Amino acid sequence: MNSNSATNTEFNQPEASYFSPLDEKVSQAVSAIEHARNWQDKYRQIMLVGKTLAPLAEAYRVETAQVKGCESQAWLYHQRIDSLHFFCADSDSRIVKGLIAILLNATHGKTTTEIAEFDLEQYFQQLGLSGQLSPSRTNGLTALANAIKQFAAA
Amino acid sequence: MTNAFEHDAIRAQFPTLSQQVDEQPLCYLDTAATSQKPQSVIDAMSHYYQFDNANVHRAAYQLSARATRSYEAVREQVKRFINSARIEEVIFTHGTTESINMVAYGISEQIKANDIILVDTAAHHANIVPWQQLAKRTGAIIKAIPLNDQLSIDTDAFDELLTLAPKLVAISHVTNALGTINQVESLVKKAKLAGALTLVDGAQAIAHFDVDVQKIDCDFYVFSGHKMYGPTGVGILYGRFAQLDQLAPMLTGGEMIKTVSFAGTEFGSLPNKLEAGTPAISAVIGLGAAISFIESLPKEHTQQHEQSLLIYLQQQLAQLGEITLYGASSHNIGAVAFNLANEHHQDVGILLDQQGIAVRCGHHCAMPLMQHLALKGCCRASIGVYTNKQDIDQFISALNNVKELLL
Repeated sequence: MNSNSATNTEFNQPEASYFSPLDEKVSQAVSAIEHARNWQDKYRQIMLVGKTLAPLAEAYRVETAQVKGCESQAWLYHQRIDSLHFFCADSDSRIVKGLIAILLNATHGKTTTEIAEFDLEQYFQQLGLSGQLSPSRTNGLTALANAIKQFAAA
Repeated sequence: MTNAFEHDAIRAQFPTLSQQVDEQPLCYLDTAATSQKPQSVIDAMSHYYQFDNANVHRAAYQLSARATRSYEAVREQVKRFINSARIEEVIFTHGTTESINMVAYGISEQIKANDIILVDTAAHHANIVPWQQLAKRTGAIIKAIPLNDQLSIDTDAFDELLTLAPKLVAISHVTNALGTINQVESLVKKAKLAGALTLVDGAQAIAHFDVDVQKIDCDFYVFSGHKMYGPTGVGILYGRFAQLDQLAPMLTGGEMIKTVSFAGTEFGSLPNKLEAGTPAISAVIGLGAAISFIESLPKEHTQQHEQSLLIYLQQQLAQLGEITLYGASSHNIGAVAFNLANEHHQDVGILLDQQGIAVRCGHHCAMPLMQHLALKGCCRASIGVYTNKQDIDQFISALNNVKELLL
């Protein structure tokens, strides 16, 4: 878990454009998840949310930026601008990338306090995705949420 | 007494398999990770705790004598089951991993710097990491035994490596990620001629076919109880007496000593020498019940059943399209490994889980094999004696849904 708490000065930080505010397509796609009628719809929507996030260039898909605790690979970067926290992230799994986008929808561009008070469980429950939070699932969602919180708290 | 093969009656002995997951019948295709347990195993362990619970090998009272008798009877049962020459050659451990560690630790003094240890490329980490640690302690050199196109041990490359006069050869009887059967008898024979000690990892073999350690003629054979319908927390280290007796005990303490004083301690003899501390008595008793279960099966039918199911599974996967199978052949046993187009194995696993399908998606604790295949991972469906055609059909239909969703 060392890489989670590491500061980004240890490796190449993606350029500023990666940390721009999220397109409003992201929040629209996230709210559509609530209306999914079956598991197929739900996962189709999760993957669509993932597609709204810009892909991370190959050069940034490096071990040092990896969030451990996921079966798939997931990379996370953080930038603080004044009192707000911005993130960019990607995964080689389409579902995990979707889950990351859902997380960023709630945390990107927020203050330290907002991120510290962010209730992962409640948020996912509201979206009808609480099944994704079970500790037996290896999608790494909890590890990713913790990594976001650690970056914001540092 | 009827000769008809009643598969439903075998499956009905496994209580976990009758449950529903998310309102769908549980489709358990992860037997290679751990098998389900028949009622007889659960009952044997529960009976021990209800009526016979006492420590073994110690007290003179009746309860302890009864516990010791049951415990030692399982050793006798294992001896018969794997056809070892002597009862002292059967050591109870916590599982395959501990068994291999006990050998890798115990032979440290017999290994010198630059000695060569050959390890199966397709081995799971339990049959790789303990040898690496041994090499670290002693300066020995690990060499991976290359695989052929069918992903079993490349015999030409193996012969070539044997000219280096390795001290030890560690191979899988059946590989866990792919279910490939290695021709261990001929590999062991060659290794012995080259003067090497041999260890065969039988974790994925023992539940599927008869194992005769004298016929294989290896120095060490290891397996776990929980992959052969028995409980977790118990496994076997078989060792040829002369080799086993030379192992330095990895664990020391009670049960394994002859005399103890502060001037010095004299170890006891085999098998106790390698079983320090209170063993997992109930698990050993459960293992005994698992062996009885396997021995009660009409094996000519059940082995045929498992083999035709695996071939059916391979065929159905191939027919689905956009599926890559890894090392799948009619000689495999128990497992089939695959990926769906270029999709991430985890995405496939998550979407199968939504439909009540339990398969393993990952690196299968065999990262060197995945590196050989240039894969991040893959999905593995694995079967046991209780698996039926309906499981395979449910799985294929679920995978078809995944395919429609992802592609």
